[in-house]
Amino acid sequence: MASQNETNSRGMSATLLNLEHCTIRFGGLTAVSDLNVRIGENELVGLIGPNGAGKTTVFNLVTGVYEPTEGRIQFSGEDIVGEAPFEITKRGIARTFQNIRLFPSLSVYDNVRAAFRLHIKHGVVQAMWRGGGFVAEEQGIEGQVMEMLDIFKLGKFRDVPAKSLPYGDQRRLEIVRALATRPKLLLLDEPAAGMNPTEKVDLMKLIRFIEEKYRISVLLVEHDMQVVMGICRRIIVLDHGVQIAEGTPEQVRANPKVIEAYLGQ
Amino acid sequence: MNPAQPTSKEMGAAQSTAVVAKRPRGSNLVARWPKTLLLAALVASFVLWWFSNHINPYYADILIKIGINIILAVSLNLINGYTGQFSLGHAGFMSVGAYTSAAVTMFVAPSLIGATPSTALTVACFVLALYVGGLVAAVAGILVGAPSLRLKGDYLAIVTLGFGEIIRVIFRNIPKLGGALGLNGIPPYTNLFWVFGTAAICTYVVLALVHSTYGRGFIAVQDDEVAAEAMGINTTRYKIVAFVIGAFFAGIAGGLYGHYTLSIDPKGFDFMRSIEIVVMVILGGMGNTTGVIFAAILLTLLPEWLRTFEQYRMILYSFLLVVLMLTRPQGLFAWRRKTKPILAA
Ligand SMILES: Nc1ncnc2c1ncn2[C@@H]1O[C@H](COP(=O)(O)OP(=O)(O)OP(=O)(O)O)[C@@H](O)[C@H]1O
Ligand SMILES: [Mg+2]
Repeated sequence: MASQNETNSRGMSATLLNLEHCTIRFGGLTAVSDLNVRIGENELVGLIGPNGAGKTTVFNLVTGVYEPTEGRIQFSGEDIVGEAPFEITKRGIARTFQNIRLFPSLSVYDNVRAAFRLHIKHGVVQAMWRGGGFVAEEQGIEGQVMEMLDIFKLGKFRDVPAKSLPYGDQRRLEIVRALATRPKLLLLDEPAAGMNPTEKVDLMKLIRFIEEKYRISVLLVEHDMQVVMGICRRIIVLDHGVQIAEGTPEQVRANPKVIEAYLGQ
Repeated sequence: MNPAQPTSKEMGAAQSTAVVAKRPRGSNLVARWPKTLLLAALVASFVLWWFSNHINPYYADILIKIGINIILAVSLNLINGYTGQFSLGHAGFMSVGAYTSAAVTMFVAPSLIGATPSTALTVACFVLALYVGGLVAAVAGILVGAPSLRLKGDYLAIVTLGFGEIIRVIFRNIPKLGGALGLNGIPPYTNLFWVFGTAAICTYVVLALVHSTYGRGFIAVQDDEVAAEAMGINTTRYKIVAFVIGAFFAGIAGGLYGHYTLSIDPKGFDFMRSIEIVVMVILGGMGNTTGVIFAAILLTLLPEWLRTFEQYRMILYSFLLVVLMLTRPQGLFAWRRKTKPILAA
């Protein structure tokens, strides 16, 4: 906790996620190389870079889908490398996927409900017995799920199978589902992909709203510069797995390395 | 597993759920009054048994087979249908239960309750034997499942298939259990009440489990394992739970089968038996319990109707399966899981 106190004394928020010298290689390809990232509490950080820069791979490292070849990853001051994805979610990291991965056959309601797994008290026995405690808990969950669906304007789709939702709504549902795990850090992988300009503006409002209402940190991967520049106070730029820049939107935009990486694409 | 009557307090709670859940969802009746329905099914099984003397023995025989197949198909549906794990080992788990419970009633019970026990004692021993058979099958489920559930799709199918074959070889080589000739002289305890009562409990357990926040995890695992893990669902654990519960009921079905046919031999639990059950699950529509029950009934009756073509039965099954996969991949009875049209915005 020493490092946290140190950062606090410098007037910054406590460290939530900390990647130190993270490298991952797939055979001969170094997808992420010696990456150092620090994300504080209630911070909204952008992660950008050209195609194949390694952004999604960073998400997969943080969420335990891949283990780094070298380096360490800490969350709330504890090492999380080697833990299963569901254990990392339990610690408070939730994500969405670049190629939407909802539970297609489950209804909109059940997609969110399934994400309550970490916070329910009942298990096999209570589900079979269906006593008063079980019924009360299920009613509580129903209330919470519907509240979330209504906040995110998905209430009317409650019983619709997730796979038949319109595209933009699927993206929103994926965010709601991730929030249902009650994360401290939310990882969004290109949430604006495939959205029209109006939807993008709504999405920006939504992300700001989430940050304020749930007081969580967000790490946002996004190709749409307007979206990233519009809502992130700090942006990290990756190219070929290497961090080439970090700073405010203005700093990043003016950085010659960044311009080169995007133009030389 | 508790066929107990719901208390008035719980009934009240269940009814208030029905009020809160304004919009219908899932199988309503089952979701709202699961215990009441279970009780009704148990009573119906009892009545069926009560009048079993008036039932033509030929039909009673078919009814018993239907009931046993319902238990097998509904329990396999939890593994294959809801959780999406392709297991071909159900006949193997069934044989574990059949041999274990037969061993209990034949070799253990006489020393426990004497040579001329009262009816109540005999019944108690039979129930105990069924449970022991189910539990041993469940343990077999863990032993097969835990190491192999990391495997996906085809690999899991091959491992479970291998398990079924190994189990057969083992039973064939235990002289005490009759070896290749099989085990004869199992006491005739199975009746319509035990079979349909168990089918009711099995259906209740699977439906109650799946219709809960906990149980939505099974379907989440089937839909997308990566996403399920990312939502905090321990996918390996869910698969094992599905395997254990599925194997448990397969074991009980085996016990009922053994105490009905009165002689069992390893050949009766071969690979084709597993395939038969898998076909019921696919025909009924994976993860659709009602459909699977109908499929179990249909596929038990079909060979009876086609008695003259008995030797082509397996060809018929294979043919059905192929036609079905090509024409109705969602299952023959998949009327409820139809995709609803999107609501107007
Ligand atoms: N499992 C894997 N095996 C081999 N190579 C991989 C694997 N995952 C990612 N890569 C490679 O790592 C590099 C980075 O991929 P990644 O998906 O992280 O890029 P990205 O920045 O998310 O790109 P995009 O903007 O297109 O989504 C790519 O060259 C990709 O081919
Ligand atoms: Mg990507």
